[in-house]
Amino acid sequence: MQEMGQRALDLGVPMSVHFDITYRCNERCVHCYLDHDDHGEMTTAEIKRVLDELADAGTFFLTFSGGEVLMRRDFFELLEYARRLMFNVRIKTNAVMIGPDEARRMLELGVDQVQVSIYSQRPEVHDAITKLPGSLRRSIEAIRFLTRQGLRVTIANVLMTANMRDHGGVQALADELGVQYTLDPTITPKMDGDTSILDLRIPGAELKSVFRNESLVGNVEAFCAPPPLPDEDVMDGYPCSAGHTLAYISPYGDVFPCVQFPLPSGNVRRQKFLDIWNHSPELNEVRSIRAGDLPVCSTCSHVGTCTRCPGLAYMEGNMRGPSTADCEKSFERTGIRSANMLRRELPLPSAPLIQIRPLSA
Amino acid sequence: MSDKHMEKYIAKSSAIASRLLGGEMMIMSAADSTFFTLNPVATVIWQAADGRTPLSEIVAARVCAEFDVDPETAQRDVELFVDQLSRHGILQVSDSPFPDSVSPTEAA
Repeated sequence: MQEMGQRALDLGVPMSVHFDITYRCNERCVHCYLDHDDHGEMTTAEIKRVLDELADAGTFFLTFSGGEVLMRRDFFELLEYARRLMFNVRIKTNAVMIGPDEARRMLELGVDQVQVSIYSQRPEVHDAITKLPGSLRRSIEAIRFLTRQGLRVTIANVLMTANMRDHGGVQALADELGVQYTLDPTITPKMDGDTSILDLRIPGAELKSVFRNESLVGNVEAFCAPPPLPDEDVMDGYPCSAGHTLAYISPYGDVFPCVQFPLPSGNVRRQKFLDIWNHSPELNEVRSIRAGDLPVCSTCSHVGTCTRCPGLAYMEGNMRGPSTADCEKSFERTGIRSANMLRRELPLPSAPLIQIRPLSA
Repeated sequence: MSDKHMEKYIAKSSAIASRLLGGEMMIMSAADSTFFTLNPVATVIWQAADGRTPLSEIVAARVCAEFDVDPETAQRDVELFVDQLSRHGILQVSDSPFPDSVSPTEAA
């Protein structure tokens, strides 16, 4: 698979596309970055045409997401169309609207994987985040419908202040349901630039405990090890797949490098997807950036191992700049401050007075 | 037994994803997420698996015509390939043509 990813990169193929087919949703999650009003979503025919174009462009992995995908009455028509075009389809959903019939249809259409958002094993916490009473019960019920059909399900657990102590409980729930579990401590600004929801990000001390949880990260010693010295390969490397082998399409046809990178790069209502992919100045600018070009991050000891998100950096004002949330992750993981933290003299919420760094680092 | 009775027909399973990447076909099984890549010869056979064209015709018209290989070797290797993919549930094999709706459409 890694080999195919490299080949797609070499050939400039958008191997993965995240397609939000609606921003409408039946939940109102407190941390959500979207505006749920419908400002003119693409029609069924428009989306089918875009799917044709994606297939022609070589896209293999197609993620249908939202909003809540099942808010579209034509969802299964779109899913069937996508599967006839032989995409590997993954679905991100809150699953509240999935019953036995929907689960069976997803299996019949050969869906590869369904990712369901669960915030807590406690209804009072989960439902308070989604603002939909009964949502935890309904989501869990739906997961059972999906697994009974034999579909692969992953529980996605976004961590925020309201549920930061519940990841163990959600992980146990995933085990009980026989599904995969993934945790994400990233809260992103709203698409319109509003950063108020960033207050929901978990504090550094909690992040640190997550990074030292063996059931989440595997080998804690290796995961939290000081970063190795970066070599030339690191400096010539790309920050991530956004705009290289990955694209994002909004319900209004806007094309971005990634769902978390709201850099307008074209619109499939006005241009063919492949023309945008091949010729957009914005995407070409994203592709031109190497780690060595990042003015602050290239001087940082974490440059080779940091999860720096160029989209979050863009939302902070500069796609070549640091992503502060990732600086904090690198620090909490290793105990070593990032170049950006040193530059900005950011407060260190839980930094020990004396830090010992092995000479080999 | 006549040749007609020994004929095979092949169709792509509906539970797979596939796409051509740089001349090689990527295939992933939805049943178990097994991932395969096919070399150019196997890709030609895959693309010709429409459920209606006899396998022997695919070998003669596509494999032997496009690649430098004798018919006996081609037929033997193709049957081995078809057997492997059918065991993974990626290709369906039948001794009669499949209904029209079986093989999905495919880009590239």
